[in-house]
Amino acid sequence: MNKKYLFKRNNTWWVKVPVPLYLRDDMGFDLRKSTGEKDLDKALLARDKIVPELKSKFVSVPQKNQFAESSFEERTTYFDYASTTPVDERVIEKMKDCLSFEGVFGNSGSRSHVYGWKAEELVEEARVNVSKLLNCDPREIIWTSGATESDNLAIKGAANFYKSKGKHVITSKIEHKAVLDVCRQLEKDNYEITYLDPDEKGVISPAAVKKAIREDTVLVSLMHINNEIGVINDIEEIGNITRANNVIFHVDAAQSAGKVPMDLSSLNVDLMSFSAHKIYGPKGIGALYISRKPRIRLQPLFHGGGQERGIRAGTLPTHQIVGMGEAFRIANEQMEMDHQKLTNFRSILWNGLKDMEEIYVNGAIENSFPGIFNLSFNFVEGESLIMALKNIAVSSGSACTSASLEPSYVLRALGRPDELAHSSIRFSFGRFTRKEEVENTVNLVKNSVSKLREISPLWEMYQDGIDLDKIEWA
Amino acid sequence: MAYSQKVVDKFEETLNNPEKASVGRWKPGDEDFHRVGTGIVGAPACGDVMKLQIKCKNIDGVNRIVDARFKTYGCGSAIASSGQLIDMLKGKTLEEAQAISNQEIVDILELPSIKIHCSVLAEEAIHRAIDDFKSLRTND
Repeated sequence: MNKKYLFKRNNTWWVKVPVPLYLRDDMGFDLRKSTGEKDLDKALLARDKIVPELKSKFVSVPQKNQFAESSFEERTTYFDYASTTPVDERVIEKMKDCLSFEGVFGNSGSRSHVYGWKAEELVEEARVNVSKLLNCDPREIIWTSGATESDNLAIKGAANFYKSKGKHVITSKIEHKAVLDVCRQLEKDNYEITYLDPDEKGVISPAAVKKAIREDTVLVSLMHINNEIGVINDIEEIGNITRANNVIFHVDAAQSAGKVPMDLSSLNVDLMSFSAHKIYGPKGIGALYISRKPRIRLQPLFHGGGQERGIRAGTLPTHQIVGMGEAFRIANEQMEMDHQKLTNFRSILWNGLKDMEEIYVNGAIENSFPGIFNLSFNFVEGESLIMALKNIAVSSGSACTSASLEPSYVLRALGRPDELAHSSIRFSFGRFTRKEEVENTVNLVKNSVSKLREISPLWEMYQDGIDLDKIEWA
Repeated sequence: MAYSQKVVDKFEETLNNPEKASVGRWKPGDEDFHRVGTGIVGAPACGDVMKLQIKCKNIDGVNRIVDARFKTYGCGSAIASSGQLIDMLKGKTLEEAQAISNQEIVDILELPSIKIHCSVLAEEAIHRAIDDFKSLRTND
């Protein structure tokens, strides 16, 4: 007997529903209501009415930052949303219902019983949620383990399937490693890859794509929003070019899905990679859009039980999929609100900092996603700035923060000198960022940069009017 | 990568109280500038530049480092390594200073292996500064 939400007090059954974390300040730990029943069967019936009634109260309270209880000073400010996001409480609630014996734990591939049917229903509902955000047919969505797998499946899958047509692939120098490393792998299999240069702002020009297309080109793979600098590529125009030339167009949309409007029914994109954890969903789940018109075919990476029409075998993780579906559904509802908020945050930060000497925007402010803002503070090394900003979680293009000891390849490809790449910081805001956090950051950054410049020999030379480029460094 | 508390402390000490941590410089025209040796090592493109100055005095026929100043551009451990080097220099003879090895800095700060180059930079800086000081002497 499923006694979820029920407990007994003074011989009467009560309903107890836990309040999501972000609402606990306002509503307490849980909501309770008596069923008035002593008999369990009757209490169960009453519960089924009371639970939705109590849960509906969660929705009416405006969503608040879940960390509101701890003050800014105590808690490290999270400005690394481009790296990953916390899972939205509403998503967690949905996911919880897909795990235990009481929940929908079944295998969506089980065709012979209700456990399987129910799981399949939720998986398909999630697929519809994802397709609604992107305006495509749900049958064009394939579940994967994340954007890395989607990129692998799209690029290797298309390159392999269409290799009789040619072995030339076009990409850019500022793609995510999940695309670049796949291309490197293809090179080992005798494919030829063209790595396009972005312009100084980080945009790949459609004209450059057009110019690079050859007779034997099978695939163009470019990202929609760059993960380091937030600049947006014109996938509409590039899609028109690839379609006219009968070349497959893959777009890595890990950073853009749910953040900027996208209409796959009107875009000439053939393959698109998605991730849930960049948009308040769980890690470990993603999707690949595979166009039906024109029909794109891929050679699978995984072989097995024939799930996802044989394109991606493996038991579907219901809870992950449901989480991704809910995250995409919420993103669809909140996109405009989220976007406005982020635009405002970026303005606050930029207006507070732009008068500093020797500060550079990496990428651009126009034509970019406001949740990713990449700045270089010349003569200050990025990792030391991160250390000085100790209550703020950000990332840097500095070599010192990477395992390879190389500065960001993205910033270098924009033509930024190495020293500016070393001096870069990526501020990435999101849904749970509060205005005070951004406001406080302005002064903290100003103070830290000025303190670090005080101890920087390069700043000293710059102040003395010495041209650093003319020095022969040891 | 997480640093040891020692790196963090040294870094913060330097940042928050630069004067006490011997951040600074002597420039031409300053008193005793002819007794200052300067060493600059690293390169901006590599993400590390260390500038070390030592002021020496001949005490009982031996040149001793009576004061030192530095400025460093680089990651937290590069800044901490230079601060640590400064602590080790003062009062030493040039010969003793020349013998300081980067391993001592690695041990004191518990530097992670990926950051050992920061301590090497500090060792190079003192060698350069000593060479510079000696070259000044020969010009006397």
